[in-house]
Formats: sequence, structure tokens, C-alpha cells
Amino acid sequence: MSDVMDILANASFWVAVLRTATPLLLGTLGVLLCERAGVLNLGIEGIMVAGAFTGWLTVYAGHGLWTGVLVAALTGAVLGSLHAWLTVGLALSQHVSGLGITMLATALSYYGYRVSFPKVNTPPTITPFEAMDWLPIPILGDQTALTLLALLLVPLLAWVLFRTPLGLAVRMVGENPQAAEGQGVAVMAVRSGAIIAGSALMGVAGAFLTLSAFNAFFFNMVNGRGWICVALVVFASWRPGKALLGALLFAFFDALQLRLQQSGNGLVPYQFYLMLPYLLSILALVLVARKAAYPQALMKPYRKGER
Amino acid sequence: MRIEKRATPSTLAMVAAPLGAVVFTLAISGLLVLWAGAPVGATYVALFKGAFGSLFALSETLTRAVPLILTGLAAAVAFRARLFNIGAEGQLYAGAVAAVAVGGMHGGTGFELPIYLLFPLMLLAAALAGAALLLGPALMKTKLGVDEVVTTLLLNFVMLLAVSYLLDGPMKDPMAMGWPQSVALQGDLELGKLIVQTRLHNGLLMAVGLAVALWLLLQRAVPGFDIRAAGANPRAAAFAGVPVTRTVVLVALLSGGLAGLAGAIEVAGRTSYLTLDMSPGYGYSGIVIAMLAGLHPLGVVASAVFVAGMLVGADSMSRAVGVPNAIADVIVAASLLSVLVASLMTQYRLRRK
Amino acid sequence: MSPPSSSPVVLQLHGITKRFGPLVANDAISLTLHRGEIVALLGENGAGKSTLMSILFGHYVADEGRIDVMGQPLPPGQPRASLAAGIGMVHQHFALADNLSVLDNIMVGSESLLRLKSAKRQARAKLVEVARQFGLVVDPDARVGNLSVGERQRVEILKALYRGARILILDEPTAVLTPQESEALFATLSQMVAQGLSIIFISHKLGEVLRVADRVAVLRHSKLVAEAPTAGTTQAQLAQWMVGEAVSLPERQPAAKVGDEVCSLRNVHTTASAKSTARDRLVDVSLVLKAGEMVAIAGVSGNGQVALADMLCGMRRPGQGTVQYLGAPMPASAVALVAQGVARIPEDRHGTGVVGDLPVWENAVSERLRSPWFSRWGWVRRAQARSQAQHVSKQFDVRGGGLDAPARSLSGGNMQKLILGRALLAPQGAEGMAPRLIVAHQPTWGLDIGAVRFVHQQLLAARDAGAAVLLISDDLDEVLALGDRIGVMHEGHLSPVLPFADWSRETIGLAMAGSPMTAPARQG
Repeated sequence: MSDVMDILANASFWVAVLRTATPLLLGTLGVLLCERAGVLNLGIEGIMVAGAFTGWLTVYAGHGLWTGVLVAALTGAVLGSLHAWLTVGLALSQHVSGLGITMLATALSYYGYRVSFPKVNTPPTITPFEAMDWLPIPILGDQTALTLLALLLVPLLAWVLFRTPLGLAVRMVGENPQAAEGQGVAVMAVRSGAIIAGSALMGVAGAFLTLSAFNAFFFNMVNGRGWICVALVVFASWRPGKALLGALLFAFFDALQLRLQQSGNGLVPYQFYLMLPYLLSILALVLVARKAAYPQALMKPYRKGER
Repeated sequence: MRIEKRATPSTLAMVAAPLGAVVFTLAISGLLVLWAGAPVGATYVALFKGAFGSLFALSETLTRAVPLILTGLAAAVAFRARLFNIGAEGQLYAGAVAAVAVGGMHGGTGFELPIYLLFPLMLLAAALAGAALLLGPALMKTKLGVDEVVTTLLLNFVMLLAVSYLLDGPMKDPMAMGWPQSVALQGDLELGKLIVQTRLHNGLLMAVGLAVALWLLLQRAVPGFDIRAAGANPRAAAFAGVPVTRTVVLVALLSGGLAGLAGAIEVAGRTSYLTLDMSPGYGYSGIVIAMLAGLHPLGVVASAVFVAGMLVGADSMSRAVGVPNAIADVIVAASLLSVLVASLMTQYRLRRK
Repeated sequence: MSPPSSSPVVLQLHGITKRFGPLVANDAISLTLHRGEIVALLGENGAGKSTLMSILFGHYVADEGRIDVMGQPLPPGQPRASLAAGIGMVHQHFALADNLSVLDNIMVGSESLLRLKSAKRQARAKLVEVARQFGLVVDPDARVGNLSVGERQRVEILKALYRGARILILDEPTAVLTPQESEALFATLSQMVAQGLSIIFISHKLGEVLRVADRVAVLRHSKLVAEAPTAGTTQAQLAQWMVGEAVSLPERQPAAKVGDEVCSLRNVHTTASAKSTARDRLVDVSLVLKAGEMVAIAGVSGNGQVALADMLCGMRRPGQGTVQYLGAPMPASAVALVAQGVARIPEDRHGTGVVGDLPVWENAVSERLRSPWFSRWGWVRRAQARSQAQHVSKQFDVRGGGLDAPARSLSGGNMQKLILGRALLAPQGAEGMAPRLIVAHQPTWGLDIGAVRFVHQQLLAARDAGAAVLLISDDLDEVLALGDRIGVMHEGHLSPVLPFADWSRETIGLAMAGSPMTAPARQG
């Protein structure tokens, strides 16, 4: 127990927590946006890989870091449009479309990496974002600008969802698209827009990994974070504020287990520590299952004129 | 022109759809070949030759097809009942672990059982291990309404970590000189070769046999009817007396069991011990295979051979032409999306107004 | 209450026709609405009322005809255009998002999506003002899912009024309200009319129509058959317009010999749950079914018939009261019921009666698949099953793509014949096993004359072979043609079940619309 107290007392621990939380937060906000509009987007895992790859490749090719972030967001948006076309336009299975996009985006990224760097063994590095030394706030000042962006997105997204007509339209479409149609809302356009915007966020989440957390692209770097985000959205009751809480809570346990491993007493094999994030996600899903206030039209395909 | 829903699914469309999807996918993947700077024609020739062009190539393809047939069957039976089992990867490893536990550790040093008992026991343990891993998510779905896609996915990661732990510790082969691999199976438990001097083993017969058995179950047995009815229309099924919840549990056991067997048969036939990289995503490929086969067990055999061909062919093509073998994964993933779109063809048709 | 018909015309429908495939829902309907007027649109289920209003509101596009609002043609098929033209609709099944607030539900779509901030304060003020103007009390911040049915309807109405509707369509508004809530609604309608609004009020309740409306238009079988001012019209007249003159019926075949009790319900209530409405419950229902007799239950769909059918088909248990079958409590499972001789014909043949994707032969034996007739050790006895399917197909003249075609490829009539054959025919070799109780819920819905006659023949034959038959139907002609005894369901209550001779077309029509019975009450 004193191990734990030691860890908690150390500022660098909290820096790590915030850093670990950032991609989770961005990803969760992305899924949140899609699901609020009534669409499940299982493409997140692949979109994060693609965002990580394209963002990094852009910087490696000599462009600026923010350009890389933009490219990653665009990659996410393009993949999101594919998902929107399949699920909203053609009303096909949201599960299969999402899984297919994850598999495709991941495979394309690895292929692209291999084509671009056929002979390297260690992944080439870039210069990532630097810590925000100009910010006098502790812990936050040790983060990169992308983390600040993610944190600012929380109130921004909350504002858009709950205080603007656009956000209301998105929520209505996710609860009762027939009612929205009856009020003159262009259901398909709003749904597609939400999916594309959410997927762009997922792309940025991936870019964070290669441009901020680490400085290179390697295989299996996303490692299930996308799925964890899908679980976190349920835990967050589809609210941006709670998504931040969920991401922080999760990152807390993740960073804790890493440090416990290192300070390790050797009794518990490190693999069990690594299992914790995934098991916790499943637990979170089970705990909120009963009372989850799902957007009522989630996963139900909408066909115009069908009542 | 307008789009009209069909009353009867056209059999022609049901076969043409996956074929069309595959052709389309291969055509688009040509762009990827161009990106890699290789000649498209030569690349595809090398791909197909590497897959089917010689007895050796064919034997390699069929060897690779064995676990794919089984994970494909696992996905097919689950998806038929609308249980989205994405956890076949983890269930495969669970089966492999159980197989080594029974056949390598205890079969080698513990149980004093004759081979004709130990072998089926090993397979049974593998099937049960796979089924157990899926049972949790299945019950969470029926009792709590938790979406099984995320839970089965997350368990894949958990299972892989568990395997890593086992290979570091309890199952480590002390004579493997530091390689993370498990104790090997007792020699008598290994599957014999189907074609000598190749890696093709009797597991192929078992896999095809299981495909036939699953098809018979679905078409000829009462539980098979229950599975098909519950998946197609749960309300009408319940009206007709189908025990819907019990059926979902049965499907979970079958699906997880088949994936577990995939792991056991890989161990018994190809490697004889467990390693961490035994499965390069066979569980996920199984989903694509099942969709390409229209969830038909016999179709699964054909589409598994196709996917195996792509994977094997890409390896040899990569050595010959230099296009990264990751193209195989792109082809597989793109096939899934193409066949999803193509499925519209079976349900709808164009009509002149 | 009636404005002079010299007040300006606000709405005109010219020759509206709408078809869904071969089915004609609206046939050349023309209608005029004046300012400050309440017109009631009356008709039985399936007469075409909701379709007509959906066309007006832009959910559907008419195949022929034109609509003019305030003299301007209305662009078809766009709710936004209808909203802009001042048409508002209060749907029968409320178009509301339970998880959002009242204000959100009302505001959505009213502001440009490009605005940076919703003008919530102004919207709330406007909503409160509109609500006050029309005497409707709501809490703008309440979550819609927590509101009572009456309150939710008020939100539906306010949605239209908030958008400045001058023409309001109310689709069966009192179907889900208590009498007190209905009174409050009528008061609201008066307020609206006083403020210059015009209202179309869809209903099947005769008393209300006469009370509330200035004029009434009656639809029957997709055509407009009558139009009259309500002053001077009687309920009896309305009933007659609604159900029509008696068509030439085939000769009645009364029951020859009525036997013992086969099945009974005694004081059955369904369990009340937060979601149950008047449509889906039973209130103190008692009913006795005897061998060799056909009891027909009339009533507009949605008055508890589904609950009654479910209770006898093994899909539901009573909350209070008892259901007996052959002297013992009714078995709970479908399989047990079928084994003990209950033949079930469900209301929704596509959604519940057959598994559409599976072949005809499997559907033909689906209910008995688990029995020794068609399975052994868990394996289907394929030859026997197919033979039975062939037998059913032949005896009941099921035509289609053959035994192996998917069931959904069958036409409605053939699918119904398949379901009938499955339920009524015993397995070959067990001819003694005729059904003892037949529960037929809307068995001829959507069928052509030939198929209807066939179904009737089969039901009568089964009755004469000694089965007790319960026929639930909203087709009055059918009820009068077949019922030995007849009862009427209304809002979960079952009227006294009286012999055919004790009813007239008029009294049944009145009971269907909820008018109190004048005959002395007798236990069914």
C-alpha cells in the first residue's frame, strides 16, 4: 500500500495519467458523437491506426506537426464517410461495416508503411510535439498542445451538443429519427455529418500516439484502445464531461498498474497488470448495463418514409 | 429505374455476390500494387502461383486453411443466430492452451491414459475452453443486454496476455533455450500427415468433417432449426415454441468450441507446441470467411481456402516481386466490405419503372 | 359551435388517391376545411384515414390529386413544406424523443443549424406564452419519458402550435386518454377554434364526433362515403355510414350442437405496467368457450384484442384471474398448448406466424417439430415432416414456389392457408387428434374474397367437428357471418357475450364505439 502512496505522491505519475488519458478522451468523444446520432462506429480501432500512420508519415515527409494532425483528422473523416455511406446511405449492418473498416484501415496502414519503408528494422522517428513549458500550470504544462486541445474539446463538444440547434438535431436523430424528420430535420445528412466529425476526432486520437506520446509508428501501437473507448462511452452515459472523467479514471488505473509493475514485488506477473484495462472496461459495461440511457435509435437503421 | 425488394432471394445472386465482391476487390487492390511500384499482372500471377500453382503451394494453402475453416465455422454459426462473436482469436488460444495442458503437460507426465482416450479428451478440453470464453459475453448479452461485440473483443486481449504469462511460467518449455514456447505435445497425440513431406496434416479432414457436421446440424437437427429460426425472426420462433434464450447459449457453446478446436488442431497438427504468434489473426479472418460464404458451412470451406490462398500466395509473391505481403490483409478486409455491399444485390433488384 | 360555412376555405383536398402496391388506401378523396371549423374524419381501421393525413403532412406522396392550403398548392412529400404552410400534426403514436426535454422536442428543427447558440430563453418564453394562450400546461424542462400520456399529447399539440400551425390534424387523440383528459382536450380545441385555427379530428368514436365536430366526413374502404354537418346527425346514422349496408352474406351456418366448456377466462386482468396503455390491456374479462361453438369478438383493433389472443396462445400470463383449459390451468408454453390441441392463428402472419427466411415445409411443421411425430433423438424426421407439409399444402391449397421456397415468398392468402393448415390439421396418422380450441386473430385480414371464404369454411368445419373457436376480428361482416355468440371489446373491457340473435348491426357498432349497452348485462 505504501508503494501506491509513493506512486501517487509523485508528480510525474499524474503527468503520465493525463498523457495516457488523451487518446482515450479523443477517441471516446469521437464515438460519443457518432452514437449520439444513433450510429455505432466500430471502425475506431482501425481509424486510430490510420490516423497514427498518416499523421506520422506527413511529419516524416517534412511537414509541420499540426499539418500532420490535420491530415490524420482528414483520414478519419474519409474513413468516416465510408462508414456513413454504408450504414446511413445503404442501411447495411453497422457492426459489419465498422469491423470491416477497422480491418481495412489497419491493413492499409501496415501496407503503406511497408511500401514506404521496405528495408527498415527500427521504426524511423520524428520530432514530436513538445511540452507546453510556456504554461505555468503544473502537470498540464508538462503535456503537449494536443492534450490541451483534447481538454478544450470537452466543453466545446458539450456546448455544441446541448446549446446549439445543430447539437439538438444530432441528439434528436439519435433518439427518434422519424420525429426529427417530422420536424423538418434532414436525418441522413445530420447522421452522416456526425459520423464524419466523430471519425475525424478518432483520427486525431491516433495521431496523438505517434506525434505526441511516442515519436514513431509501430505495429500494434493502438492495442485495443479503440475498443476501450467504445466501452467508455457507455460508462460516460454519452456525455462529454463524464467522458473526460472516464478517460481520466481509466488512465489512472492504467498508469498505476504500469508503475506497480515496475516497482514490482514480483509476486504478480506483469501480464495480469496489463489485463486490468480490458477487464475494467468489461466491468464498466456490466455495471452500467441496467441503467444505460442509450440513445433510443442507436443501431436501428433509418429508412426514409418507413414508419 | 427504381430499387425494389425481392420476394425470393435469387440463388444466382447469392453465388454471384461474393464472387463479384472478390473480383472487385482484386481489381482495386491492383492500385495498391501500383503504389508499391510493381507490375500488376506479374504480381497477381505470382500471387496465384504461390497459392495454388504447385503441389507444394497447394499443400501450404490447405494447411493454412485448416484453422481458417474452423474459425469461419465459428463465426458462421454465431452470426446465424445474431450473436456477433468477435472473440474467436482469444477462443482459439484458449483451445490451444487447453490442448497443451491436457496433451503436453499432463498427457506427457500426468494422466496415465491410453492415446485413444487422451486424444479425444484433449480435443474436448480445447472445445470447452473456447466455449467457456464465449459463454461470459453471451450471458452478459442475454441477461444484461451488454453488446457482445465489445466484450468478446476485449477478452481477446486478455487471453493473449494470459498466454504470454503461461509461456513465461507454468507452461514454459525448459528445453527451448529461452524461446517463449510451451511444452510440446506428446508425440503420439500429433496429427499424422495427409501428404508426406508437406506440412498438410489430418486436421484438414477433421475441419472439413466438422463443416459437414455443422451443416447437417443446421439442416437436419432440431437445435439447428432453432438456431436458424431464432436468428431469422426471434418473435416468430418464440411463437413456434423455440426456446430462444437456451438456443443463444447453445450457439455460444458451439461457436466458442469450434474456435477452441481451431487452436487445438493447430497445435496438434502444425506446431505441436503453443507460441504467442501462433495465430496471425485467424479469428478475425474467420469473420470475413463466414460472410463471404453467406454463413453457409460448406461455403466456409471454399472461402477459407480462398483466404488461405491469399495469405500463402502473398508470402511467396512478396519474395518474388517485392510487394509487401500485407496486401493479403488488405484484400481480405476489402472483400468483407465488398461482400457486404454486394449482399444488397441478393435482397434488392433494379426494375424499369 | 359551428361557424358559417361562408368563412374562408383554408384547406382543400382534390381527388387524392394513394396506392401501396395492389392495395388502394385512398380513392379519389376530396375534402374542404373552413377557417375556425372542426371536421371529424370517421372510419374503421384500414378505411384510409391515417394515410390521408400522412399525405397532408408530407410523410407520404399521393399518386393522384392535389392539395391547396390557403389557396396555394402544397409541395408534396416534405414535412418541412407542410410545416411552413401552417399544417401541424398530432400523431396517434407520438413522435417524441423520451430522453429529451419538452422544450427540446418542441424546438428541434425550428432554428437554422448554423446558429452558434440556441435561443433557448426566447424559445422557452414563446412556449410558455403559446401554452397559456391555449390553456395547455406543461413544464418545458421536464423529460418527456417521465410524462403521463395526456401530458405527452399536450407536448405533441404544442409542437404544432409553437410552429404557428393554423391547421391542426389530430389522429385519434382520445384513444389513449382518460375521460377527464379527453374533456381537457375538448376545452383546448375550443380555445384553438376561438383563436382562428381549423381542425381535422380523426376518430372512430361516434359520441365524441358529434360532440366536438362541426362537420363529419366518413371514410369506408378507402372512399369518402358521406359528409354532413353534425347538428342533426345521430350516432346510429354515423354507425351505419361507418360500417356500411349489409353486403349479401353467405348463409349463416349456426352451430348444430354445443358441447361442454373447453376454455374459460374468469375475471382476468393484465398486469399493469408503466408502458401499458388502453390498447394492450384486459380489464375484468370473463369468457367461456364451448365445444362446437364459435364465439366472435368484434371491436376496433387496439382495444385489448392482442392481450386476449396472447393469453390464449401461450405468450402471456394473466396478472389477476384465471385461465382454464380442459379443466386445468392453461399451460404456459406454446409447445404444451399445441400438444394439448390448441390451434393458434396469429394476427401478424409475416412477423409472428412464419419465419419468413425458412422454407415452407419447415414452417408447416414448426409448432410440432419437437414432438415424436417429426423428430427423434433431436433429429428431424425429414421424410415425415415433408410429407406432412405436402399434406397441408394439398388440403389447404397452398400455392407458391413449392415446399422449399422461403415462406415469405408466399402471397398473403397462401401464407394464411399454410398457417391455418398447420394449426388445424393433425399429423398424418393421428387423425383423431383434431384441435379442441382454435384461437383465430384477424384471420382474414388483407385477403381476397376467395381466400376469405376458404378460411371461413375451415373454421366452420373445425367447429362442427367439435372444436371451440374464438374469432377475434375487426371486420364486422365477418363477425356477423360466423359468430354463434358475439362479444365486443372496448378499451380492455369485454361486453356481455350474447347470442347472435340478440345483436343488431347498430348495437354492435355502438358497442364498438364505446357507447353503454342498453341490454341487461349478462355473464358471457
